[in-house]
Amino acid sequence: MNDMKNEDIRYHTVSVLVDNEAGVLARVIGLFSGRGYNIASLTVAEVDAKQRLSRITVVTSGTPMVIEQIKAQLGRLVPVHTVIDLTIEGPSVERELALVKVAATGEKRVESLRIADIFRARAVDSTNESFVFEIVGATEKLNAFIRLMEPLGLVDIARTGVAAIARGKAGM
Amino acid sequence: MSAKEMTGAKIILQALKDQGVDVVFGLPGGVTLSLYDEIYKQNELQHILVRHEQAAMHAAEGYARSTGRVGVALVTSGPGATNTITGLVDALMDSIPMVCLTGQVPTQLIGNDAFQEADTTGITRQATKHNYLVTKVEDLSRVLHEAFYVARSGRPGPVLVDLPKDVLNGFGLYTGPSKVEHKTYRPQIKGDMKQIEKAVKMLAAAKRPIIYGGGGIINSGPHASQLLAQLVKLSGAPCTLTLMGLGAFPASDKHYVGMPGMHGHYEANMAMHDCDLMLCVGARFDDRVTGRLSDFSPGSKKIHIDIDPSSINKNIVVDVGIVGDVAHVLEDMIKVWKSSQAKTDEKAIKAWWKTIDGWRARKSLDYKNDKKVIKPQYVIERLNALTKDKDIYVTTDVGQHQMWAAQYMAFEKPNHWMTSGGLGTMGYGLPAAMGAQMAHPKSVVATVTSEGSFVMNLQELATCVQYKMPVKVFLLNNGFLGMVRQWQEMFHGERYAESRLDVHPDFVKLAQSFGIKGLRAKKPDQVDSVILEALETDGPVLVDIAIDPMEKVFPMMPAGAAHNEILFGPDDQISRDVDEDDVVLA
Repeated sequence: MNDMKNEDIRYHTVSVLVDNEAGVLARVIGLFSGRGYNIASLTVAEVDAKQRLSRITVVTSGTPMVIEQIKAQLGRLVPVHTVIDLTIEGPSVERELALVKVAATGEKRVESLRIADIFRARAVDSTNESFVFEIVGATEKLNAFIRLMEPLGLVDIARTGVAAIARGKAGM
Repeated sequence: MSAKEMTGAKIILQALKDQGVDVVFGLPGGVTLSLYDEIYKQNELQHILVRHEQAAMHAAEGYARSTGRVGVALVTSGPGATNTITGLVDALMDSIPMVCLTGQVPTQLIGNDAFQEADTTGITRQATKHNYLVTKVEDLSRVLHEAFYVARSGRPGPVLVDLPKDVLNGFGLYTGPSKVEHKTYRPQIKGDMKQIEKAVKMLAAAKRPIIYGGGGIINSGPHASQLLAQLVKLSGAPCTLTLMGLGAFPASDKHYVGMPGMHGHYEANMAMHDCDLMLCVGARFDDRVTGRLSDFSPGSKKIHIDIDPSSINKNIVVDVGIVGDVAHVLEDMIKVWKSSQAKTDEKAIKAWWKTIDGWRARKSLDYKNDKKVIKPQYVIERLNALTKDKDIYVTTDVGQHQMWAAQYMAFEKPNHWMTSGGLGTMGYGLPAAMGAQMAHPKSVVATVTSEGSFVMNLQELATCVQYKMPVKVFLLNNGFLGMVRQWQEMFHGERYAESRLDVHPDFVKLAQSFGIKGLRAKKPDQVDSVILEALETDGPVLVDIAIDPMEKVFPMMPAGAAHNEILFGPDDQISRDVDEDDVVLA
């Protein structure tokens, strides 16, 4: 059991299926802030309108012991159905969407379009002096795109946070 | 049930009755008037009018802890609700099943800063196991039955239901408890058999085992205590019980080695430190028990039984974790032990007991008695001796007196000891005693308290008088916030900053002003007579006992120390430099 004591801090993507009832998000967030856990990213939306279920996807970090605690603490919240650690339990697909506004003219403007093309980002708004790019992908891909846009006139970023699901045919 | 529509207030009363509630502790207010009107019209459910909402909470806790049933409190909106916070967190920390009903302003006024409005569900979200705001009468019966189910299932805890005035006054249909099933909440009751088999093998093979039991045994019910006694007998292991677990195993049994932790028995702490196998049953490796984590029981394999998966591997990494209800897991362990014909290493167990008896011989609870000044330990010893043949329930407040009561009272049965363990709430004792007394009207209910704690809820003496609850209050009066003073003496150069209670009432006169008997003892030879007179008095009694103001609680394992670094008494010096972080009263 000594391996659990190691102090390596790792990122885990945890998927939580909850009853979509009043205050459920506050309950989850309050758990993280009250116990001093980290939230790197968080997304939430209803995924089953009939049964009124929402999926909360949290990217969190901690030592293996802390991650185990986070999952156990989430699991004991009354409106929580399931807690799945996608980082541990088999392969998963993780996607995030970002809207990135770049204001530039001349060569910088052309260069931003060129890079957007390489990253398969789409321009969803355009003026003579700006673009809003929509980019979808893994968090690292989005980070790389944003880094490249910085010197080209990056103005604003809106990101959705990570949505994730297990690969293969089985449901969660 | 009939398909007739009724008011929300009537639905609530019906739901409480169907949940087997016979007493509710509460205090009315503007938005709960219609509910109180329904209470007025019936006789099945008794309402106890407390004098402060915090007391309603602790009374419900005392009722719950002494019966194993769900305690119920009923308060109004705004300040009524905010006054329950301490009680909610207390019940959350100590896993006490209770339902707290709070009034709320009408739904259309919520969010408008209405008179006596507070965001009760928002404020109490982290203070409860779960909470609800009911916005429609149709949801009312389901939510109430769910609340009771959630409060008593799994790791028990407080559940709050916020009830807007228009929901109490509106009309709807009632649904009985049998038709309500919670959508998601299904705590694991039975333990994993593979883990249980592993645990039995480890326990049987151990040369120096110890069973470390906690409040989870009591929450699991009296049957769990019987099963624990069987397992202790089969394994021959010593048994130690935490502050919350006292009574779960008979104190008179020779396998009992006392309480572990900061003010625990020497033999319990040494056995925890030196064991080669620790079976933790419904306890949670609290910092007051473990001391310095890095030196906690360094040579042992650890097995942890807990109904709450988040308790396992939280503070201490264990070798085998078993999620499940204590009684169910112990029953399976005993079955496996018998069917596998497990045998202990008798020679090793005998040698282990010889070592333990050596620690016992140091008599860590010995104290120097005095002929002139009353020693607090002596008072509790006498209270214990003079109530031996009675069915006595004991509650305490928090501080030195709490530790002396835990050390010198000997409990043979579960559910007879009520104390604020996790949160350490001063002011808990008297109202908790009221709850225990309502549940056990014929038994002796005693509160061991001290003047610092007692004054935090002393208004409840009026409640005791009104409902003829013969609670006996034993107030160990030392003129100090005693535990703070002890730490200031030991760790802050005897600078008694704000711990001296220079002014407090004449408690005998105070008792008389409430119309109850007040007694006083100033000399050791008066102790027996005041205890006996209190016990023989028909009605509540407040006994003011002047104790040695400088007495300290020993043995003591300072915060941040290890189990084998114990101070025995006033003459014992701390063997290492005490770190500032270690001496925080946290």
